[in-house]
Amino acid sequence: MGAYVNKDAKKLQPSFVSANLLTDTLPENNHTPFQKNNSDIPEEIRNRTFQDVSLCYQCGKCSAGCPVRYYMDIAPNKIVRLIQLGFYDEALKSSTPWICAGCLTCSVRCPKEFNLAGFMDAVREIAVKKKVKVKEKDILKFHKAFLNQIKRYGRLYEIGLVGEYKMKTLDLLSDVETAPGLFLKGKLGLLPDKVKDRKSIKKIFKKTDKKKINKH
Amino acid sequence: MNYGYFPGCSQTSSAKEYDLSLRKVFEKLGFGLEELCDWSCCGATSAHATNHKLSNALALRNIVLAGKQGIKNMVAPCAACYNRLITSQHEISMHPERKNETEELLSEKIPADVKVINVLELFFKIGLAKISENRKRDLNGIKAACYYGCLLVRPMNINNFDDAEQPTSMEMIAEAAGATTIDWNYKLECCGAAHSIVRKDIVLNLSKKIIDDAVLNGANVIITACPMCHTNLDMRQRAMKRKYPEHLMIPVLYITELVGLAMGMNVKDLGIDLHYVNFNYDEYIAEKLIA
Ligand code: SF4
Ligand code: SF4
Repeated sequence: MGAYVNKDAKKLQPSFVSANLLTDTLPENNHTPFQKNNSDIPEEIRNRTFQDVSLCYQCGKCSAGCPVRYYMDIAPNKIVRLIQLGFYDEALKSSTPWICAGCLTCSVRCPKEFNLAGFMDAVREIAVKKKVKVKEKDILKFHKAFLNQIKRYGRLYEIGLVGEYKMKTLDLLSDVETAPGLFLKGKLGLLPDKVKDRKSIKKIFKKTDKKKINKH
Repeated sequence: MNYGYFPGCSQTSSAKEYDLSLRKVFEKLGFGLEELCDWSCCGATSAHATNHKLSNALALRNIVLAGKQGIKNMVAPCAACYNRLITSQHEISMHPERKNETEELLSEKIPADVKVINVLELFFKIGLAKISENRKRDLNGIKAACYYGCLLVRPMNINNFDDAEQPTSMEMIAEAAGATTIDWNYKLECCGAAHSIVRKDIVLNLSKKIIDDAVLNGANVIITACPMCHTNLDMRQRAMKRKYPEHLMIPVLYITELVGLAMGMNVKDLGIDLHYVNFNYDEYIAEKLIA
């Protein structure tokens, strides 16, 4: 594995680093790219996003404007490149899709009209499906806790979300500064606000459950 | 004509004041809003980040309900809900196979004639003249940095009501309400959005850059139209102050609160007192009623 992140760049103030396009390197070629073992991946991406990864011609405009590039291990355009070249593991293991905030800056700017934010959604989903060990575990735990609230109540119950997330991560002490404030201001409801027809919500969750779908 | 109203989860809790001010302002402008019955969460980031089908189904369930309720136009004031709803609608309108698949999931037909709009569009539907006509108070002291955030005017091929790089609609509304607006660079930069709980470091850094740019360009208030942006910009300022003692606090108002102030409503009625950063009314508003 090659080094993705320029060590010196890390020392700089985050605010001034948006992309170190020149210093990133592709992983060492210790296996044959273009190998067909996992070649369902570009196909899966196409199924989800209705666009082909080969559209991207690697101009780098997306990464140049990405607000969270500094926090990613690989630049966003390089994730596309890795998939194009068949380095699927490297792409799926990267922290990049998880750090991506889905802000759509890249998607509106791309000269090829490649919806990179949608592509990131697809890569994330495939990583979860393939049970790849994701680098940003807590972000995945957060999404799971969030969806659990929706499954249960149909709407987000913020106290339930924070509680469940904190139990999952055992991060019990952070955010003490904001939660009591929200209580005092009477903003957070003590009880969840529920959808009446919760059956319809449960049905949606049941039918889109990954394990079930995979059986088909 | 009545408009449907999709509140979204934040409106019932952390963004209570957005809901409050929106209802009050539009009621006073004589524009009826009809809440969507039994609406559910749009799925938000967590659904589209991990399960595409689930995300479409959760969002479009609400469109099905709107159709049943006879709603043709529906406002979704949260920029994230708005973006989720129109993105899913766009996807099924472009790809019939996705439409069939989602209809099968919901066991319902999804109507194609429900138009979802954001709160800025709603102000334009009413007409900016109507806002100016209803002005009761002079907002001269307010120098507003209008912050759109990332999701309100993107993506352009779906949402073609304003420019995706240089939007101006919010400035037009704020000026119709009598405030002065400033030119600045970060009106579309992302605040970190859904990373608010897990990666506070990212949110703090991104939000601080946005606030600093607003202050640097002479703003004394930031205006938003998104509960997530508001949480990140308003609530996180205390942590910013702790981390960077030289940080200058700046109040963050919802666009509906700004218009409400101009229409003569008071801070409490609009829920502005629920914000973290205090909005010191007397500093901004010369109590001069317009005849
Ligand atoms: S802007 Fe578009 S074409 Fe350019 S590198 Fe990014 S995704 Fe590829
Ligand atoms: S959508 Fe993701 S990859 Fe694209 S600019 Fe925003 S954070 Fe970066």
